[in-house]
Amino acid sequence: MKCRVCKGPAAVEIRRHNAAFCRDHFLGHLRSQVDRTIRKFDMIGRDDRVLVAVSGGKDSLALWDLLLDLGYAADGLYIGLGIGEYSGESQRLAEGFAKSREATFRVVDMMDTYGYDIPIGARAARRATCGTCGLSKRHVMNDVARRHGYDVLATGHNLDDEAATLFGNVLHWNVDALARQRPVLPGTDGFTKKVKPLIRLGEREMAAYCVLRGIDYIVEECPMVGGNTGLRYKEALNGIEQASPGTKHQFFFGFLDRGAGRFRLPHSDDGPADRPDDVTVDAREDVPDLRPCAECGAPTTAEVCAFCRLRGLATDPERVEVALAREGRNRRRRRRR
Amino acid sequence: MLLRNPRREVELDGPMSVRSVLATLDVNPESVIVIRSDDLLTNEMQVSDDDVIELRPVISGGSWESAT
Repeated sequence: MKCRVCKGPAAVEIRRHNAAFCRDHFLGHLRSQVDRTIRKFDMIGRDDRVLVAVSGGKDSLALWDLLLDLGYAADGLYIGLGIGEYSGESQRLAEGFAKSREATFRVVDMMDTYGYDIPIGARAARRATCGTCGLSKRHVMNDVARRHGYDVLATGHNLDDEAATLFGNVLHWNVDALARQRPVLPGTDGFTKKVKPLIRLGEREMAAYCVLRGIDYIVEECPMVGGNTGLRYKEALNGIEQASPGTKHQFFFGFLDRGAGRFRLPHSDDGPADRPDDVTVDAREDVPDLRPCAECGAPTTAEVCAFCRLRGLATDPERVEVALAREGRNRRRRRRR
Repeated sequence: MLLRNPRREVELDGPMSVRSVLATLDVNPESVIVIRSDDLLTNEMQVSDDDVIELRPVISGGSWESAT
């Protein structure tokens, strides 16, 4: 297999492009794809300050590396979720990357700052772990971006993430989520602009990028996600992709080109949806106005925002005691097996 | 050859192509990258009896699902 550009030996094959690349041309290809995405969707201005949400995984560290290489002023934010050794190792790797690139690295520890960690907080709140984690991270990312005056918040969502999310949103006809599934969510009062510069790149490419760039990332999956719905959607789509390369790309970019305009963002100032015909869905119907959360001041449609409600439950002493006791019992059970 | 991923090790007789290795183990090529030393292997490359290769999973999950 030969590199499409130089005809030397290929290191990576990208089947959906019917192409293969040597190391250098693969890295160049990824840089140009990210650069193209940023320009096409007007994601980041040349003078913008960017906060990259880094988990220590391949996507976020590759994104940070690519943004720095493209000349953007990109700092990293790591959120300590308190997931045992997994969190310790992922923080160490993210910190190591920041040092190697002499980049600004911010850390927010959930327990130190908000009084709960994800495993016990989710149990205490009696909510799904991944939902608790996602809600917490979105709040913290936005809060840090706002307090430190960043113009843009960048996340490492890749093509596989977006295709699987779209798959789930369509399976359940989640109209609100379809309206929000955009490469860019514009900044509004209280919300920093959010962008996803990796949407043209698949997970294999991101892993290959890290290996070829010598970026040490956490390979182990988060121990809390085993068997979650999103992973099942990804496996299903990979089965289709294997038989028909390019399906994930067509599915997601087809949605952006021909489907997304039919759904409107809640609280956006968009005019009518792009095609006001009988299949157009207005996700803004019956959405109350945004107002500041009574506890933290973040914009919300309720008296108290979803994060503060979660935090209230996750730090409630009685609930935490029950959660800790249950966790202790489970640990003992696991040891006995 | 010895095949490693973070969870298990498997021995297979070589030589055989990466594509055949993945098919033998019923692993979807979309879900892994294949590494020998510090080099990435494409599906058509041959793996010999003495090689140690890593099949590194690339699918990540977590709260991405709700992060739109």
